Amino acid sequence: MPVTVNRDLSQLRETARAVRRDIVRMIGAAASGHPGGSLSAADLITALYFAEMNHDPRHADDPNRDRFVLSKGHGVPAQYAVMARAGYFDPELLSTLRQFESPLQGHPERGRMPGLEASTGSLGQGISIGQGMAMAARLDGAAWRTYVLIGDGEANEGQIWEAAMSAAHFGLGNLVVMMDRNGIQLDGFTKDILDMGDVAAKWRAFGWNTLVIDGHDMGQILDAFAKARQVTDRPTAIVANTVKGKGVSFMENNPDYHGVAPTPDEVERALAELA
Amino acid sequence: MSTQATPVMGKATRDAYGEAITALGATRPDIVVLDADLACSTKSQKFGDKYPERFFNMGIQEANMVGVAAGLASSGKLPWVSSFASFLITKAYDQMRMGVANPGLNVKFVGSHGGISLGEDGASQMSIEDIALTVSLPHFTVVVPADETACRALVNAMADDPRPGFMRTTRPKSPLIHDAAAHFAIGGSSTLRDGSDITLIAYGLMVSESLAAAEALAARGVSARVIDLYSIKPMDVDAVARAARETGAIVCSEEHQVRGGMGSLVAQVVAERHPVPMGFVGIEDTYAESGKPHELHQKYGLTAAHIAQRALEVLKRKG
Repeated sequence: MPVTVNRDLSQLRETARAVRRDIVRMIGAAASGHPGGSLSAADLITALYFAEMNHDPRHADDPNRDRFVLSKGHGVPAQYAVMARAGYFDPELLSTLRQFESPLQGHPERGRMPGLEASTGSLGQGISIGQGMAMAARLDGAAWRTYVLIGDGEANEGQIWEAAMSAAHFGLGNLVVMMDRNGIQLDGFTKDILDMGDVAAKWRAFGWNTLVIDGHDMGQILDAFAKARQVTDRPTAIVANTVKGKGVSFMENNPDYHGVAPTPDEVERALAELA
Repeated sequence: MSTQATPVMGKATRDAYGEAITALGATRPDIVVLDADLACSTKSQKFGDKYPERFFNMGIQEANMVGVAAGLASSGKLPWVSSFASFLITKAYDQMRMGVANPGLNVKFVGSHGGISLGEDGASQMSIEDIALTVSLPHFTVVVPADETACRALVNAMADDPRPGFMRTTRPKSPLIHDAAAHFAIGGSSTLRDGSDITLIAYGLMVSESLAAAEALAARGVSARVIDLYSIKPMDVDAVARAARETGAIVCSEEHQVRGGMGSLVAQVVAERHPVPMGFVGIEDTYAESGKPHELHQKYGLTAAHIAQRALEVLKRKG
């Protein structure tokens, strides 16, 4: 059956907290992965699957489902954890992340698991794929919507801005792009590696309905989704200010945890904080 | 089988593509066509004129265009994406790799102005790496029609095939080589002239050059078979192996880098199935330049005379 939309904020917060515990356990067990950007995206992805999207885990190929493309594919532990909780697959599978022959590849791959809409991980591409989905829905006169989550470091890629220009040109009001603005990329802080300045101003300049929110505030996230639905003649960009490693004190805002797994001891400390 | 020493000129394969995809649009409402501001040159604009609601000029954005095509394909559409082969394949290769090939999505790519025969525009517009790049993509089919007849048939064959695919078309008019009733299939080949001493294998504009080379060789008492290997991947490996076994020598010719092109793939088949002496005619690890097509083919060694010369060299190595 379709996932029941639940806009109870305290329940959503609790779900996101459980998702964060799953993320820490999964990446700890895999001994590799990207905890920082998974934790920063946990609230956005939880809100999407439990309070915004029209989707049915038992009919993951329903042509009228809303689509979600994780363009920042390295954050996929957050998506796997949310999908397991939503009923796409047995949560037991989460412990196989990144293992040989697991459907839970290190970065998402379409076809490996029902519900994964695109193969991402090579940054910049998911937003274009999402744009194509939105164009298909419009060609069919269908009501389903497309959601894309990009990273802020990912926005170094020219392809992000190709799509920003293009989706606005085509007036795709059925497309929502969220930017997980956690301020850190692999080699350091985004302002030091490649300072993108005022990204919200950039989205506005490209012609997008642009919203800036606290990406860890469930109320603000749901409010942004509602506002996006009200604008039908152009795409919406939600610049979600987030904290890399959110929820685990020693990972928060620490570039070291972009792509390094916690040790067993760190997993225990993190789980204690997220209890 | 037919042999034509002075074949009649037909349309350019890019023109044939524009006509064929437009004709298909009538019966295939799932077809959408995308171009990156070269629609008037690739001839996809013909489809756009007839079906404007299913035609998207994406501007000069090859990478975004291919990602968009992947999204359309995953949502029930059959996208045909075109640009110059040089830009389409090299600028959007990663998008073809992860967006299309990895999930095996059904997106068709049509790269025009293949090879060096586009002429005056020069090296930046010439595609001489596209075959090597596209055959490397898992699930991809790769075809190159030699004339308008082959092009129309292969557009239809690609439309009926569930795999992603690449077709290279060319800018100049192509000599009519195939009978109107000839059969073409993904994975097929066409033996245009039989022979017993050597086989000349080619695709695209090099097919007519190979036919002319076969005529020249015949005058010297050499019987050359000519195969249009229009489907480079999958390849008609049985036709290749039969050619090796029955003629004992092979020369492969292509408007492409010799390293990694069709000749390399044929050599793999020959090495595994029936090793025989081989020769290769193609671009020798360089870029071409501005000029008229026949001037460029002469300078870069892509004429019937070059093919015949290489055949005679290979025959000396034949036991």
